[in-house]
Amino acid sequence: MSNAAMKPLHFKPLNGVRIVVWSAFAVILLLLPVLARSNFAVTLLCLTGIAAIACMSYNMLLGQAGMLSFGHAVYTGLGAFVAIHAMNKIGGGWPIPMWMIPLVAGFAGLGFGALLGFVTTRKAGTPFSMITLGVGELVFAAALMFPEFFGGEAGINSNRTAGSGWMHGLGLNFGGQIQVYYLIAIYLFLCTAAMYAFTQTPLGRIANAVRDNAERAEFVGYDTRWVRYLIVMASSFFAGIAGGLTAINFEAATADLVHGTRSGGYLLFTFLGGVGFFFGPIIGAVLLIFSLVVLSELTKAWQLYVGIVFLIMVVFAPGGISSLLMLNLRRIKYGEWRKMRWPYAGMVFFGLIALWGFAAIVEMAYQAQVAAGSGSVVTVARIPMDASVLASWLIAAAVLLFGGICFEIWRRKFNKVWGEGEERIAEAIKKAEAAIV
Amino acid sequence: MSTYALELSNVTKSFGKTAIIRGVNLAVNKGERVAVIGPNGAGKSTLFNLISGRFEPTSGSIKLHGNEIIGQRPYEISRRGLARSFQITNIFSRLSVFENLRCAALFSSGQKYSFWKPLSKLTELNDRTEALMASLELKRRRDVPASLLTYSEQRALEVGLTIAGGGDVILLDEPTAGMSHSETDRFVHLIRKVTVGKTLLTVEHDMGVVFGLADRIAVLVYGEVIAFDTPDKVRADAKVKEAYLGAVLDAEGAHA
Repeated sequence: MSNAAMKPLHFKPLNGVRIVVWSAFAVILLLLPVLARSNFAVTLLCLTGIAAIACMSYNMLLGQAGMLSFGHAVYTGLGAFVAIHAMNKIGGGWPIPMWMIPLVAGFAGLGFGALLGFVTTRKAGTPFSMITLGVGELVFAAALMFPEFFGGEAGINSNRTAGSGWMHGLGLNFGGQIQVYYLIAIYLFLCTAAMYAFTQTPLGRIANAVRDNAERAEFVGYDTRWVRYLIVMASSFFAGIAGGLTAINFEAATADLVHGTRSGGYLLFTFLGGVGFFFGPIIGAVLLIFSLVVLSELTKAWQLYVGIVFLIMVVFAPGGISSLLMLNLRRIKYGEWRKMRWPYAGMVFFGLIALWGFAAIVEMAYQAQVAAGSGSVVTVARIPMDASVLASWLIAAAVLLFGGICFEIWRRKFNKVWGEGEERIAEAIKKAEAAIV
Repeated sequence: MSTYALELSNVTKSFGKTAIIRGVNLAVNKGERVAVIGPNGAGKSTLFNLISGRFEPTSGSIKLHGNEIIGQRPYEISRRGLARSFQITNIFSRLSVFENLRCAALFSSGQKYSFWKPLSKLTELNDRTEALMASLELKRRRDVPASLLTYSEQRALEVGLTIAGGGDVILLDEPTAGMSHSETDRFVHLIRKVTVGKTLLTVEHDMGVVFGLADRIAVLVYGEVIAFDTPDKVRADAKVKEAYLGAVLDAEGAHA
């Protein structure tokens, strides 16, 4: 056995892989708007960046500390309202630059986290979830009760180009969306780095321990309630920043920002992205904005599709998309991925066929039931389908059945190949362990 | 006057009308190894739960190094230097072996709730954790999630979590339960090794382990300590023979 294995291992905080990953992240953020070109695409990027911060902050609760909150939008939303008021104060002559608004909102989030978290974190588990649900309802009700602060139904507007200072003089006035994008990109990068660093600190790790086994954490010296409270405050700080960026992006804040629907969105898409890995919520945020903006343009029944995808993921891949990615990376690492190519291709091909059949049925049903006024014809992936003709339904059902059966055949092949690979990997791991003395 | 490491006076515990612990007195010296034995349902685990703060006694006094600890939360008692293991394995299931042990040492290493220092920079703590992991013979399983360990590896990790924090009073609740004979021998050796210089209380059913490990034996029957003495004297004690040990020793003798 070599001497290297005998020495205690020390982690290098910035090893090669990490430098590459973080540099790539920065470069991608820098270049995305150049690649995007259209204004709509930049708008999408802005929304996605904000959602990424919000979902990552949510995952500090759910993934890191095992706290299922139903009220995360309380902190993003209240952050946005404080931000919008602060923006108006800048318009009224406050001498702080506009780019600091997200920080102001972050500290507002932290403050609300300290205030409301004191109540919510008294309990763990299901009671915690219930209390967050109650607090969320309470804050939404308050938003409608205090129009002075929340602006009632219309909300509150502001102007992000207000203010002064040397940077403002140089043209950094957030007049164009691209400036807003880069502001969001910088905050996204810094928040991501900060939240990642947090996972590598004593408190971050103890949050994992409390998630896994709160009782044992108490017996190794930790007040688990205090741990939960600190985590809620940290999470609320980053949620507040996301809210502040929302305020700058829209130049408005309305009561729906604190609504439970939004909290549910964070929960759902963070879960879809995957709570087990740090980058999972970023994938979730991309899906969130894709569904909310793009998918909802493509089909009126978009929530139905999102719901079905969520169900499938909960049952078959509870680790979310990030866990699927990591499982495949593991395959690549052990040289087992190539054998999966054909099973994957078969599953994707027939899966898409089945999806078309399913989508055709859903779209025709939607057209017939909800949108009958605009005729009975819908286009599903460029193929026109007439909901008033029985043959359309039969064709759609046949395609769904055919695609589904073929998919299932390929899925079984896939499972077989996957299982064989798994055995070989287990062997390899055993060998590697045996080599450690 | 010297204080005891652990001193229980007239400790009682009732669940509703059922008295489980009925006036336990026990004074354990510093550095002593004490085995708590007794028939099933005698209240051994309940006694550990009272000492470690999992339950609060109905009445009585429990002193750790002379300080009253009744009414304190488990984490407060842990910070005062009392650590315990569990009969049913109680680990951080998704964390790796290394992270489990490091978490257990984190508070006492002075880090508490800090979030301004990366764990990787805590060289002293990391080295200590590696060393503990090696002494538990878990080195080759360093990065494996605790839930994937074998049963005896989990038991070793359970003891590891208990001693990682450097507590000087250690409570082990049936550390060898469910182990084979050879595993038990190895494990008792391990416990001996990692608890040198500490005060040890252990609940144990294996009489071989009890007589091999303990300086003194406390016999708990129906919530009362009926004898607390050296192994030889306990073995000879008529009351103990009558209530419990006679039957057990006879049974062991019959096996041998």
